[in-house]
Amino acid sequence: MDAAFSWILLLDASLRLATPLLFAALAGMISERAGIIDIGLEGKMLLSAFAAAAVASITGSAWQGLMAAVVISASFSLLHAFACITHKGDQVVSGIAINLLAVALTALLAQRLFLLGGMTPILEKSERLPVISFPEWVVHDGSWWSQLYWQLFSGHNILIYVVFIFVIVTVYFLKYSPWGMHLYAAGENPTALKRAGLSINRIRYLAVIAGGAICGVAGAYLSIGHGAGFVDNMTVGKGFIALAALIFGKWHPVGVMMSCLFFGFLEALAIRLQAVDLAGTGLVIPIQAIEVIPYILTLLVLAGFMGKSSMPAALGRINH
Amino acid sequence: MNNKSGWWLNVIVLPVANICLAFLACVVVLFALGINISDAIMQIYQGAFGSQEGRGYTLYYATNFIFSGLGVALAWHAGLFNIGGEGQATLGGLGVTIACLSLDGISLWLLLPLSMISCALFSGLWALIPAWLNAYRGSHIVISTIMFNLIASSLLVYLLAGVLKAPDQMSAVSNTISTDSALPTMKQLLALLDINIAATPLNISFIFALIASVWLYFYLWHTRLGFETRVIGFNEKSANFAGISRQRIVIITMLLSGALIGFIGLNEIQGNSHQLNDEFVAGFGFSGIAVALMGRNNPLGIIVASILFGGLYQGGSELAFNEESVGNNIIFLIQGLVVLFCGALQWMLKPTLEHWYSTFSHSNSKNKAA
Repeated sequence: MDAAFSWILLLDASLRLATPLLFAALAGMISERAGIIDIGLEGKMLLSAFAAAAVASITGSAWQGLMAAVVISASFSLLHAFACITHKGDQVVSGIAINLLAVALTALLAQRLFLLGGMTPILEKSERLPVISFPEWVVHDGSWWSQLYWQLFSGHNILIYVVFIFVIVTVYFLKYSPWGMHLYAAGENPTALKRAGLSINRIRYLAVIAGGAICGVAGAYLSIGHGAGFVDNMTVGKGFIALAALIFGKWHPVGVMMSCLFFGFLEALAIRLQAVDLAGTGLVIPIQAIEVIPYILTLLVLAGFMGKSSMPAALGRINH
Repeated sequence: MNNKSGWWLNVIVLPVANICLAFLACVVVLFALGINISDAIMQIYQGAFGSQEGRGYTLYYATNFIFSGLGVALAWHAGLFNIGGEGQATLGGLGVTIACLSLDGISLWLLLPLSMISCALFSGLWALIPAWLNAYRGSHIVISTIMFNLIASSLLVYLLAGVLKAPDQMSAVSNTISTDSALPTMKQLLALLDINIAATPLNISFIFALIASVWLYFYLWHTRLGFETRVIGFNEKSANFAGISRQRIVIITMLLSGALIGFIGLNEIQGNSHQLNDEFVAGFGFSGIAVALMGRNNPLGIIVASILFGGLYQGGSELAFNEESVGNNIIFLIQGLVVLFCGALQWMLKPTLEHWYSTFSHSNSKNKAA
């Protein structure tokens, strides 16, 4: 019973930590499926986390904060698209520029607007995105199904439910809609798309901007969903972990979801095992050892040691 | 461009125009933030170059930028994008610390080459793994170097929490290396020549950075290996026809590139802080990209760009001290804008410039004809 409860708490934490990764990784997936590398996920997440917290704090409305996050992130994606598609600039270089600009702009703006040393004010509950509680279908007793229902399924931030709906939508979109087909072709075989009389650039522009908008939700989740305000450099590499999850999930929505959940679980486990003495042996698992597992797995996938890496064929190449 | 007389347009005018655009954008952003531009420029200039101390710090920071820029530029010439500078610099610092702490007490003449070799080995080998993965397994070098940055930062935190942690310290720092093992500062060096300058962290790594720049120039443009490196970067296919092994070049280039960036650790640890801490790299590894782009991947250009960036870094921190807490963010801002305009958008102005040029030369030739 106790053990079951502790597992439920662990999975609960995994879910909360996996959500921003999943939004960001799906955002990256849409852009990269169209053939445009998205190293700027980290920066766009940071920018949107700041925008969400700043707007929510000024207007008092979390929804306006979410809108601001989406708009900011999408406009930086537009810049990325402008550089990479219109001017055929290097996609990695453009992404790095966004990451550098994000660190500077968020810190400078936060200092300028709030004078709190790079933070936004701590947000009230009403200024944050709502938590969804499930109906009282299960009684609150100590049984494991009650714990499962109330801890794991109910009582999460609304975005956690949204992200899983979004995964389903993405699967449908990629597999059954003509748009998904075009997106796929833009990344795998742009020439075929061109011969079919479609504009590669238009599809790529749309994909990159859509990816930016979704990445904005990831940032908003950090500052006005899971957290209660913006802190200097609060993404701490989450954008890069999302990139890793995208590769580990082999650019497929379900794969990406599974790898994000797994990486979220590892993060939760690392927090739980912090200085925990294993079975009284004096053996402590260093949390850094768990921290690096996603990176090492990603390297193994990239190097083709774990199945074939299914990177979109035209990823990073613009020569038509 | 149809006629050859306009070659300088793409080689000189365009890069300069891009740099101007980046700085203009920076001014616009700062203005929008409500910062008084002329005051800020004066303060940055005064802070960076106005005093002997300021100049010392500027060159001290420039040292990091030079190493970082050289490393990125070298990889770039082989067509490789090494954005693993943060991790490589971390490992370089680790190598220096381990060498200095374990060889404590031996003569500095002996320690100096050893700590430099240790530094280069640690950081070079850290770059070697992504290089091997790229050369032999086809891994994307950008993604693998990013992963190695993240692994390096975890490794450093782990070591500073355990094996390398100074027992008598609360914070996560290593033991301090003794003053005898520290790099001679420029003040000490110039004192030998009876020249007295203000005490700053500027140390002999700066001279070493200049030597490394000269070395890189000779390596790339006057050795066979450097030639092969540039051929690979220029056109992989024809390089293969010429019998140049891409795998060999990738391995050697990344090894050298990582080692160059790793020397940031030499300047920071043995030169200044004298102990390892978990944030000594502080973005210098990433800055190499901006430095190399601004310096056009040319050693001389990199030195100039580094001194400019060093000045902005030092002057920017002065600004933080006197006015409002603007901090190091100005340098990140300008780096981001340089990477954007000199890198990602480097061809944006080309059609416009060519249009102006052809209009101008056309009307010129008409005048001549008349």
